[in-house]
Amino acid sequence: MKKTFDCIVCPMSCHLEVTKQKDDIQVRGNSCLKGAAFARQEMIEPMRMLTTTIRIEHAIYPLLPVITSRNVPKAKLFAIMEACKHVCVSAPVHVNDVIVKNIADSGADLLASRSMERRI
Amino acid sequence: MKQVDMIIIGGGSAGMSAAIAAKEAGIDNILILERKEELGGILQQCIHNGFGLQTFHEELSGPMYAQRFIDQIHAYRIPYRLCSDVVWIDERLRVQYVNAEEGYVWVQAKTILLACGCYERNRGAISIPGKRLPGVYTAGSAQRFLNLENILVGKNIFILGSGDIGLIMARRMTLEGANVLGVAEIMPYSNGLNRNIVQCLKDFAIPLYLSHTIVDIQGDFHVERVVIAQVDEHRNILPKTQKSFAVDTLLLSIGLLPEMSLADHLDMEMDSKSKGAKVNAHYETSIPHIYACGNALHVHDIVDFVSMEAHEAALCAVQDIKGQYHRQKQFSTQAGSGISYVLPHSVDAQPSQNITLCVRSIRPYKQVMINIRTGDRIIKTITKRYLLPSEMERIILKPSDIGILEESLIVEVKES
Amino acid sequence: MKTIAVIGAGIVGSFLAYDLTQYEEVEVILFEKHGDVAQETSKANSAIVHAGYDPVDGTLKAKLNKRGAKMYQNICKQLGCGYQACGGYVLASNEEEVEILQELYARGKKRGITVEIKEREEVVKNEKNLSKHIRKALWVPDTAIITPWEVCEALVEEALWNGLQLHLHEEVLDIKACEKGYVIRSDKGQYSVDMLVNAAGLGAQKIMEMVEAESLFTITPKRGQYYVLAKRSQPYVSHVLYPAPSKAGKGVLAVPTIHGNILLGPTSEVLKKVDNGTTTSGLQEVQEKVEKIIQHVPYQEVIHSYSGCRPTGNNNDFYIEESRRCKGIFHLGCIDSPGLASAPAISEYVIVDLMKLPLTFHKKKHIVHRQKPLIMRNLSETKQQALIQKHPGYGHIVCYCEQISEQEVVDCIHRKCGAHSIAGVKMRVRPGMGKCQGGYCEVEIAKLLARELQIPLHEVQYDEDSYYEVAKEGRR
Repeated sequence: MKKTFDCIVCPMSCHLEVTKQKDDIQVRGNSCLKGAAFARQEMIEPMRMLTTTIRIEHAIYPLLPVITSRNVPKAKLFAIMEACKHVCVSAPVHVNDVIVKNIADSGADLLASRSMERRI
Repeated sequence: MKQVDMIIIGGGSAGMSAAIAAKEAGIDNILILERKEELGGILQQCIHNGFGLQTFHEELSGPMYAQRFIDQIHAYRIPYRLCSDVVWIDERLRVQYVNAEEGYVWVQAKTILLACGCYERNRGAISIPGKRLPGVYTAGSAQRFLNLENILVGKNIFILGSGDIGLIMARRMTLEGANVLGVAEIMPYSNGLNRNIVQCLKDFAIPLYLSHTIVDIQGDFHVERVVIAQVDEHRNILPKTQKSFAVDTLLLSIGLLPEMSLADHLDMEMDSKSKGAKVNAHYETSIPHIYACGNALHVHDIVDFVSMEAHEAALCAVQDIKGQYHRQKQFSTQAGSGISYVLPHSVDAQPSQNITLCVRSIRPYKQVMINIRTGDRIIKTITKRYLLPSEMERIILKPSDIGILEESLIVEVKES
Repeated sequence: MKTIAVIGAGIVGSFLAYDLTQYEEVEVILFEKHGDVAQETSKANSAIVHAGYDPVDGTLKAKLNKRGAKMYQNICKQLGCGYQACGGYVLASNEEEVEILQELYARGKKRGITVEIKEREEVVKNEKNLSKHIRKALWVPDTAIITPWEVCEALVEEALWNGLQLHLHEEVLDIKACEKGYVIRSDKGQYSVDMLVNAAGLGAQKIMEMVEAESLFTITPKRGQYYVLAKRSQPYVSHVLYPAPSKAGKGVLAVPTIHGNILLGPTSEVLKKVDNGTTTSGLQEVQEKVEKIIQHVPYQEVIHSYSGCRPTGNNNDFYIEESRRCKGIFHLGCIDSPGLASAPAISEYVIVDLMKLPLTFHKKKHIVHRQKPLIMRNLSETKQQALIQKHPGYGHIVCYCEQISEQEVVDCIHRKCGAHSIAGVKMRVRPGMGKCQGGYCEVEIAKLLARELQIPLHEVQYDEDSYYEVAKEGRR
């Protein structure tokens, strides 16, 4: 099986050619090892980082940006979004604080993506 | 009048990087003027990840990237004012700003760094036909509503322009429950980074209509439909190619323009292509001691490059403050075939430090060389597998590469 | 006590409301189907007070334009509205057009309007971007520019201080005669009135048909499309520039605005129904036709384009008469150009000549004047500083392009004829009128509206019928 992907590891956006024969996966077109790893993973199970927001009280804005601590299965994105709807925290929050552990059973934690001071 | 060595206009990625660089080079009397209520600039609403790979070798979200700089500004105790809008700068390096606490304040600067970012092109600028109805937003405006204010500006969305913000918003709004019916791009190729096409459109099966544009916006009280049509290579609309989409919202991601209103009344030389100021290799504009960097100088696609550029610009201004900047005879740089613009616009005849050339190609190329030459002398050649208008090339020239210039520096694309 | 209803809060209806509320023993109700004043023709036109040399002799247009133009300066001064007698040039590029200028010159002279024929050399001194083909010009120093919606808003506000009942968002559906007058039925209620003025602009025919047995006039929407150019320190044009008029109308003009922008337009398209859109071909036509009078148009400075429909009649003149069938009902139909310039005189004509008010009514002894809005950018630095000390909000800029402070926005929300939507704020204090077109400031304005009107952010309206959605309501 042969597939082509545009690499999303970095803004270089390398054009990857991946060939899979049984368990042997060959990658061409990558500029780095991360790109090769991405291509292999994309063949098996696509993984993505998820960034979104959750509600926060007593902060400068009503929302706190959050990020998953690692890549999560693409198929789980909407489940995590749904879980985020029901989370509300209170300022202060510090960047990288764990907001929810293992969110939506994705294997990743939900982290604060910035610090927010408490404001009344 | 208060005296300041370096006034930095804008507390976003460029302004903060510049301030930190200046501070580290021994300048303490700095003032950052930021018009919003917090530092960080546009990064605070760019909650997606992909920032910082060049600077930190990590993949950060926009706010995370900003946070590192904000924390550093605080650690260094660099002075800044928030909610402070600069209303005037002049050739005598006087700056006037206004805020609620101090009112109007005049400051005398030794150097001014324009780090005020860019703004979005909008419907007016490109005269999109159709009704004037609520429901048309720039992508950045919709992003601010969604990511900072918890407001989804619409449920059924069409996006014009495949710039990065538009693509990012296609994914963001989809994840938040909106239906993005498509993205139209007037050019035959996308203007966004490829990775964004993949993870923002392809991942969610959002169609991208290349060589298409909006020909009508319809509805009674609010946007109800947009109509797109295909265009030929001269952007003429092709008959019988219309497609209609029932949407309540049209997002525009049709380009960014350097915010240079403060220089409107000055006799500052501008680049008609980059829409920013013309600068020499010291990032100095045509008005002595006024420097420009970041998106206020030219629109970047990667924030890391903004930070790097601001860092370099600040160090040049520091030399100026310390009296170590010796102005030399200048030779212009020229955008040769295949290149839309080159920065800086001029270089010293005999440079003493590295020069970073920023260039953009006119159209996408595969397997090409970029030549930098002066007269017949080739200074440097680099090979590129891909060269895209949406991805700026940074080329670093060493003083030894350049030697002594006797005529202008030309950057051109050579197809093999 | 007499109750008079005015239908339509455009420029004509606004002047009527303003004038009528200055009389004792009169109660005035102003009906407007839109959510704000000046939402149709009065919002999207060339914003010029033509001096009055153009309409042909013997028409109401000729009489009322000249009179109206003379009235504006004082009214604007008294209301605190922008008025600039920038002067206008009517430009001729060939013999035929020079003859037209001579006709206009003679007509102007006869009417006592200051007019002068100028040679190209003199004009080009004042207008650097004049087309090479222009040979002569008619100089009309009294041609003035205003901001039409600002005048409407000020008039209605002052009328409110003097007892006007303003019914926004209320459409008149039906009018029936009763014993002592008329009963107006709207989508919100019923009102008994003694007299009624139909100043419904594009809707005047529909209102007329509610009461008349036969049609007295027909209105065709004629659309004009315009470009708006950004402000700059050296204005591209400084006077109103007209091509020599033809049978098709005044042609495509270049017009400076009070705030330093330039308008290019309008087209003149007969439509089947009102449509405020722009078209590629329409704007193309503006580009082609404006070349007749000017050159080097900086199209890279276009920040906006818009269109408006004028209610063009079937007789080349205004139709302003009392109904023969229903006494006390006054139809003001076909108020197209020069309707804006004529508006104060139309109101005066209706009240003095048709209603004969002075015979039965007296002016109020105490007329309340509104407090003029504070515009920071027009004040001296000392005054600005003093204001910010007292109200810090005047020091917090929320619209960067037009330099509008938070407090100016707050002020306009709380005025008597205040803004309650983003578009309403834009119309009154200009955030969104600059080069970013709201990209920077719309969020800020929405937040201020939410705070001041004490509503959640998602309930803030952009225009009349729009609202946002909350992204994450969730549960606590």
